[in-house]
Amino acid sequence: MTVCFGIVVFPGTWSDRDCVHAVELAGAEATLLWHADRDLRGADIVVLPGGFSYGDYLRTGAIARFAPIMEAVREHAWDGGPVLGICNGFQILCEAGLLPGALLRNDSLQFRCQPTWLRVDTHSTPFLVGCHPGSTLRVPVSHGEGRFYADAKTLAQLNSEGRVALRYSESDGQLTPDANPNGSLENIAGILNEQGNVLGMMPHPERACEELLGSADGLQLFSSAIQALAARAG
Amino acid sequence: MVVSLKPVVNDPQGLVVTDALHALGYPEVEWTRVGKFISLELDGPDLETARGRVDEMCRQLLCNGVIEDYRFEVREVAGEG
Repeated sequence: MTVCFGIVVFPGTWSDRDCVHAVELAGAEATLLWHADRDLRGADIVVLPGGFSYGDYLRTGAIARFAPIMEAVREHAWDGGPVLGICNGFQILCEAGLLPGALLRNDSLQFRCQPTWLRVDTHSTPFLVGCHPGSTLRVPVSHGEGRFYADAKTLAQLNSEGRVALRYSESDGQLTPDANPNGSLENIAGILNEQGNVLGMMPHPERACEELLGSADGLQLFSSAIQALAARAG
Repeated sequence: MVVSLKPVVNDPQGLVVTDALHALGYPEVEWTRVGKFISLELDGPDLETARGRVDEMCRQLLCNGVIEDYRFEVREVAGEG
């Protein structure tokens, strides 16, 4: 089967073409979905890419969550369809209530654009099913508002349910304050919804899909999701 | 209305402003929190209805209850008629 990724484009999205390129490198098809669309045009996997949707007005992701396409994204997620929110896409998923918590201004108050190491803490999501828990991925971040926050109860729940997918770490997987680029609670870089089909992450896997770019580790997220769907179908 | 980060949420902007005020010779400043001020005008039959509507707006869009608190006041302004 050919897997199709729907890449959502809001006014101000900037990583959509990079995501198309990554999906094609992983061997699947990609179609761009406009924010004013109301259906996913048969997409099997939805990606909310990075950028500054609606200029980040009010709060990051606050306006995008009301875009017409988000109703279809919500239904897709509720039906167990895979959804990957990258950077601004993660912020939108939190604002939309599809993921818990929120993303705040980096504790440094600086925009951070740098490579990071991510420790994979669970592979119980289509996007990380091909990775070993405990392994690390080299993927860059590029954001000013990526400090993950959730109240103590939510944080405990995320931990006990194994829903923290990725944490900023050293190359050997050690969690240190230095490895944390934005002051996220417990070095959290990416989390899952209860079913594991929705992953939100601040780092940009689509920018680490070729050795020429310094790392091809990000490609694993796209190819894992393709494998997971193929396994389910066949 | 004023939208501000909840007291339990770290506010790095506020910390930097506090440091700057100390450096300028205001050691008495104990803390600073930076928030947002939003003003809007709406049409409604009375203040009570307007308050209810504004409260809804805050919960739905203007404030993110995960990280922020809000407070507002509503007053009458001269209408067109």
